[in-house]
Amino acid sequence: MRILIKNGHIIDPSQGIDSIGDILIEDGKIKEVRSQKTNPPMPPFTKGGHGGITNSELQTIDATGLYIFPGLIDMHVHLREPGFEYKETIKTGTMAAVKGGFTTVCCMPNTYPVNDNASVTEFIIRKAAQEGHCFVLPIGAITKGQKGEELAEIGTMINEGCVAFSDDGQPVMNSLIMRRALEYSKTFDVPIISHCEDLTLSEGGVMNEGLLSITLGLMGIPAEAETIMVYRDISLAELTSGRLHIAHVSTEGSVNLIRDAKKRGINITAETCPHYFSITEEAVKDYNTNAKVNPPLRTVHDIEAIKQGLSDGTIDAISTDHAPHHVDEKLREFDMAPFGISGLETALSLSLRLVEEDLLTMKQLVEKMAVNPAKILGIKKGTLKVDADADVIIFDVNKEFKVEAEKFASRGKNTPFDGWVLKGMPVMTICKGKVYEL
Amino acid sequence: MLNRKDLLGIKELSVAEINLILDTAAAFKDVLGRDIKKVPTLRGKTAVNLFFEPSTRTRTSFELAAKRLSTDVINFSVPTSSVVKGETLIDTALTVQALGADFIIIRHSSSGVPHLLAKKLRASVINAGDGTNEHPTQALLDAFTIREKKEKIEGLTIAIVGDIAHSRVAKSNIYCLTRLDARVRLIGPSTLIPDEIKGMGIDVFHNMEDGLKNVDVLMMLRIQMERQGKGFFPSTEEYSKNWGLTLERLSLAKDDAIVMHPGPMNRGIEISSEIADGPKSVILEQVTNGIAVRMAVMYLLAGVKK
Repeated sequence: MRILIKNGHIIDPSQGIDSIGDILIEDGKIKEVRSQKTNPPMPPFTKGGHGGITNSELQTIDATGLYIFPGLIDMHVHLREPGFEYKETIKTGTMAAVKGGFTTVCCMPNTYPVNDNASVTEFIIRKAAQEGHCFVLPIGAITKGQKGEELAEIGTMINEGCVAFSDDGQPVMNSLIMRRALEYSKTFDVPIISHCEDLTLSEGGVMNEGLLSITLGLMGIPAEAETIMVYRDISLAELTSGRLHIAHVSTEGSVNLIRDAKKRGINITAETCPHYFSITEEAVKDYNTNAKVNPPLRTVHDIEAIKQGLSDGTIDAISTDHAPHHVDEKLREFDMAPFGISGLETALSLSLRLVEEDLLTMKQLVEKMAVNPAKILGIKKGTLKVDADADVIIFDVNKEFKVEAEKFASRGKNTPFDGWVLKGMPVMTICKGKVYEL
Repeated sequence: MLNRKDLLGIKELSVAEINLILDTAAAFKDVLGRDIKKVPTLRGKTAVNLFFEPSTRTRTSFELAAKRLSTDVINFSVPTSSVVKGETLIDTALTVQALGADFIIIRHSSSGVPHLLAKKLRASVINAGDGTNEHPTQALLDAFTIREKKEKIEGLTIAIVGDIAHSRVAKSNIYCLTRLDARVRLIGPSTLIPDEIKGMGIDVFHNMEDGLKNVDVLMMLRIQMERQGKGFFPSTEEYSKNWGLTLERLSLAKDDAIVMHPGPMNRGIEISSEIADGPKSVILEQVTNGIAVRMAVMYLLAGVKK
């Protein structure tokens, strides 16, 4: 199958392309890229004549007025399979990804059973190959059962396809175990993704700590529960020279610590999620469990710091922390509802707002959502280079839409953005040789 | 009549609404003083006490208030309900509504539960205490008692002493009393009075002697024993030494000061027996007034239905 995408605005930071051009896809791979940047400057693909292509076997897509990006990579999702298929499956989660412009997602290990051994990794890889609409790269658990006590078989899981390790949702409280994880993973050159939360400080908390938590009568989680662990993990990264990636940064203090650590040359990377730069703790007012997330939504100061951190490169990546839950689980006492936001289908539009606010260029946006995640994970994705997998999205920055949680492809309808009108939508996602018109 | 279906908190009430409730309660208090303490006002209505937390005084007070209004009352408490069989909160509430409840009076250990139910139910939801959020009828009966004793609330200096951070009574009282233009002081150890609370328009004192000077009203809160051992204070003895109300400390307040307590009291810990049983104590009057205030709330909420 050949697909020709014509006359779109190609943004591919991996090759320094930011101009109008065409892309030819053949058998699921990028065959040719022609843009005003490439040499020689682009002659048009001529009808039926170029490279032996004939009209009959060529699907032509006119991308005039639209952007063409490498498919986005979400390095932090929860696909819930195996074990919690009522919340999400690999099939529905990857469909949500494709709808959101993602062609690769990395799924966290807090399934049932936990992805802490090669057979669970193998199951996820096999299921994703059979049913996944996009590429799925599993993240293995750092410790057995995510209990924070003994290292899981990291090397064996890498052989089955794990690309990173994290006890996401269950921070590794024991500093010695975290040290060993950072040391041991160096052997395989894979990142350790840290969910930074001091459980003794956050215990019982369900939202950000402050005046609002007092007036709502909800137990607060202080920002320091995160920053203390960010500092610990930076120190351990410095000690071990391990590859530390800090998950879902939510506080100003964390941004400052990461910036400082990077200045000092420590080998760390960091991500944040759209909800941490789009909405504040005010979203939980009226006890809205769809805004209950961990780490919790913070304040305007934190949002400003996170935006600044994205803008100056302190924060490398935007991930979703897509955490789908069943509606019945969220429709209950605030204290007892699970943490999490279903994020895949709103992430790109929410992130585009950063471009509109002049905090990021379109190129930087693609870096945060495709190029940098690929770099951090050490995978050959996030690029439109010839011979790369044809993971491509066509993006209409002007298309407005209303977020309707009920219509999400994800089984998780838990979003605080329900009813929002957002701008910027992927109109086509090409992945694993298939074209999804959205 | 109150132009709302539910009473979820004082936070949502206007000054006019608070005054309306207090004025209406005054009329009902007259009823309670009569030989026949019952009016037919809400005959045929049904109230359900849906209590997910143990309570004797609040539940009994609501029960009596309903009965005085000729409303049928059912008590639905957790240990005997299907909640223990795994039923969800909303299913339990919908079941109670389907049984014909006009009022669902709810107490729950999680903040926001009355708000969630109010959205799901046609019945009037009355918050009888949710988590550490609010206990609106307690604040209303406290305001009623103060108004009765002091003839006004505006301009009074009122000290609330104790575990403010975890107290729904304190929270509702802060909203109510500041809205009625009293000056509110909070007194207690800094672990129990977070700094951010100053944003509620109150003054904070950590020293009991400083805080009690020239106050008109003292509200003592029950110190919850389970806070000990969680690092909020080292021991009840130390708490009592620093923030327990003694006659000596009480003498720092105005001569005509009154002492309140929402109950149940820990005698000898947050309040000495001489004070609890002494002439400045209005603690038992608070209990009596609670019935009148709860009658007023039910009566005023019933008005908007249909």
